[in-house]
Amino acid sequence: MTGMDSQRHPIVTESDVVRVRQVVRTLAVAAKLSLVDQTKMVTAASELARNTLVYGGGGEMMIDLVDSGRRRGVRAVFIDTGPGIPDLDLALTEGWTSGSGLGLGLTGSRRLVDEFAIDSSPGVGTTVRVVKWSR
Amino acid sequence: MDRIPILKMGNLLLVSIQVDLHDQLALDLQDDLSERIVATGARGVLIDISALEIVDSFIGRMLSTIASLSRLLDAETVVVGMRPAVAITLVELGLYMPGVRTALTLEHGLALLGAEVRVSRSDEDEIDDAQGDREPDGLAGYAPVRAGPGGGEPATTGAASRGDGGRTGDR
Amino acid sequence: MDVGDVGDGWIEPLSERDEVLTRWVERVAGDLRARLSVPELQRELGEIYTALTVALTAGGTDLRAEQFGELRALLADLSSGRARQGFTPRETAGTVFALKEAATAVMEKRNVGYRDYVRFSEFIDELGLFTFETYVRTRDQVIVEQSNQLLELSTPVIKLWEGVLAVPLVGTLDSARTQMVMESLLEALVSTGSRHAIIDITGVGAVDTQVAQHLLKTVMAAQLMGADCIISGIRPQIAQTVVSLGIEFGEIVTKATLAEALALALRRDGFRFVRRAAGAEIR
Repeated sequence: MTGMDSQRHPIVTESDVVRVRQVVRTLAVAAKLSLVDQTKMVTAASELARNTLVYGGGGEMMIDLVDSGRRRGVRAVFIDTGPGIPDLDLALTEGWTSGSGLGLGLTGSRRLVDEFAIDSSPGVGTTVRVVKWSR
Repeated sequence: MDRIPILKMGNLLLVSIQVDLHDQLALDLQDDLSERIVATGARGVLIDISALEIVDSFIGRMLSTIASLSRLLDAETVVVGMRPAVAITLVELGLYMPGVRTALTLEHGLALLGAEVRVSRSDEDEIDDAQGDREPDGLAGYAPVRAGPGGGEPATTGAASRGDGGRTGDR
Repeated sequence: MDVGDVGDGWIEPLSERDEVLTRWVERVAGDLRARLSVPELQRELGEIYTALTVALTAGGTDLRAEQFGELRALLADLSSGRARQGFTPRETAGTVFALKEAATAVMEKRNVGYRDYVRFSEFIDELGLFTFETYVRTRDQVIVEQSNQLLELSTPVIKLWEGVLAVPLVGTLDSARTQMVMESLLEALVSTGSRHAIIDITGVGAVDTQVAQHLLKTVMAAQLMGADCIISGIRPQIAQTVVSLGIEFGEIVTKATLAEALALALRRDGFRFVRRAAGAEIR
């Protein structure tokens, strides 16, 4: 899997969440994702960007096109330096929610993408990496 | 700060979301709608989301909240025009928007609300008849909604007399 | 590049561009028997030749090196183009191999040694293999595209009645096909403004967990959009599978036959069915 020039977008305000959606849509179209897959990827990005803003206290998204040789895809990485998630397993349990919708954001967006990796340490921050491949 | 316009049509409120919703805009819409429902005495709310390319959990929750709020204020909400890709994504996301009624098109949405309000109107008929103080003019207010499923009387006649007369009629 | 290194002696003679290129075009044009015109070949092979000599002058013969990027791109274009136009693998790789013979004359004239010529030959073989790989990859893509088209063809959405659409599924359901059905059915609901959808699985041999999940999701998505979705034609074996897999069909309406599903959809729309009295006139 090789990446091409990666873009960096801050997630500091609510309107950044809207911009993230637009950027992800543009790259999803460029990767030739189907309309449904575009919608899934943009929705997942919207959830994750809001998590970054609300629970991570802001951060950024790195996004690029990836190529596995056979398929193209979009990769987005959401990074914050917030409080982190103390119990990742719990946060990724189906149906679990922190009370303000965090659970659905993580487990839900995991179902919307093809690859999902999360790394979080309390006090250091959270990084979520997602990839959606063209079919 | 821009806001989503809310149109009044007879005893219905019509909202067409045409922009990419950011969170504050969504919250404002929630507030504006409940105020308008009370101010106009609307019995139905139609929210057109056919222009929305995505509905994430935040927007989904907003729609659920609007539905619950308006139900408390005696108005039924119908969300119309959800795109297939959005519906598929919501199912995958696990967001089924309980309590939100949906319709394929604006027409279907009108029909759905028409059926609802007609039921509640006939209830009122019985009460009014029993008390013997039925006001024919007051009930004319429901005409535009009744016209929904089968077509019928033009919507404007009812809308004109609806505002005050209708409200006092149903206490 | 280490000038004078044993084995590099074949690179310099290639600078006789006109001579080599003319022969190369002649050879390929002969092999392909006029299915591509000479000017077309001149342009195509000319670009490849330029990229080849430029990269070789920069040094090294490792095709994966950066200076060969342009050459790789051109060869990839050539082979994917050939694959789509229906040329055989032999014809496609042959285009590259023809360069060997085309260059033989200049190699002889320059007294290129045996060892150098072997190196030259190995290098061209590399180019040929690369071309062949791209050719195969393109063919794979064509197969995928065609099977996608077949998928679309094999899942027609039909109108049973005003406001009632159906997809009769036949054969084996895999995940990709079920997903495709789901999407085209939902799209059709919107474009026709139909409130009822029927998914008929009478012709389906078996249902696995994933397919059952997809069917369920389709029904739920249709409901989210404000349409009703009925699944009809569940055969006993499939019912047993669904139950034994522990899949909850929940509130989803199922009917034994497509006819019953249609009748239900129409009743929901307020239709009533009345049989005319015997002997009544039929118009």
